[in-house]
Amino acid sequence: MSASVVHTSAPTHAHYTTLGLDNRKVAIWAFIGSECMLFVSLISTYLIYKGRSVIGPFPHETWTDPSTGQVFKPILNIPVTSASTFVLLMSSLFMVLALAAVQNKELPKRTRGERILGNSQLWLFMTALAGTTFLGFQAFEFTSFVHEGLSIRRNLFGSTFFTLTGFHGAHVTAGVIWLSTLLAIDYRRGLGSRDSLLVDICALYWHFVDVVWIVIFTLVYLLK
Amino acid sequence: MNVPDSAESALHAPTAEVEHAHPTWSTYWKVAVILTLITVAEVWAYYIPSFVASRGFVPTLLILSALKFTIVVMFYMHLKYDHRLFRVLFSGPLLIASLTLLALMFLFGHLHLKVM
Repeated sequence: MSASVVHTSAPTHAHYTTLGLDNRKVAIWAFIGSECMLFVSLISTYLIYKGRSVIGPFPHETWTDPSTGQVFKPILNIPVTSASTFVLLMSSLFMVLALAAVQNKELPKRTRGERILGNSQLWLFMTALAGTTFLGFQAFEFTSFVHEGLSIRRNLFGSTFFTLTGFHGAHVTAGVIWLSTLLAIDYRRGLGSRDSLLVDICALYWHFVDVVWIVIFTLVYLLK
Repeated sequence: MNVPDSAESALHAPTAEVEHAHPTWSTYWKVAVILTLITVAEVWAYYIPSFVASRGFVPTLLILSALKFTIVVMFYMHLKYDHRLFRVLFSGPLLIASLTLLALMFLFGHLHLKVM
């Protein structure tokens, strides 16, 4: 008996395992588990080198360059990052609303509120837009850091900070591309409840990117 | 084993995914409000110098962050409602990674064990 079989009654050629779970969903959870290890290794590196930079700029403290006398202000901009964190949290809400809209596509929508909540195109678009806005915040932050004298080669803080947040930003970018393809499919032929697993897998990835940022925001930005 | 295709398909029916219904729209909105409030509390705590200087600052932020992490994983990623295997696939590597992080922090002297 094979480990997986094609479940012929399922409309989207779903591949179920012996547990009755779709292979793709098992795969995305296994992938997310491996991604946990990747991000914890990056966070570990950041924490190990935290406070060990010989020269500034520093994340939370002012530093004066002894050779030039130039004063470097604390580099992190908490209000801007708080705003981008809020945007990413809201994107997770939009994502679950998109998934719920796809799952309940066939249900009748009587009120205006139900029609809005059931509009998967709207919520997928809002999620992609929030992800793009987050990336815009990150581009602004990186650019301002470089202008203020912090590059990836400047000190240990710069190296670990740009590597960690850069990897996260790359994941957000991949998520936005993924969301855009789903949105294109939804516009082209419409996503129905039979496609809910496609959206579910994308949503799991997107929420994972969100939880990674929850940890980064606290450990990198808020803890002094 | 000689099992007819139809019987095998029935054997592997996706029961686990059907059993647990996902939360409603109102639950998602409530979760979003809770997440926002926790984030506001975190940022607020950051701007209170006396609290930042106190011993409670770091544990408070870590607990709030862990709370947000758990809420998103349980409600938005539906781990509370989905099959147990998914919990194992997620929490297993997360546990290994967290223990590795703690071990590295001890190794590099960021955490100290008090011996007598």
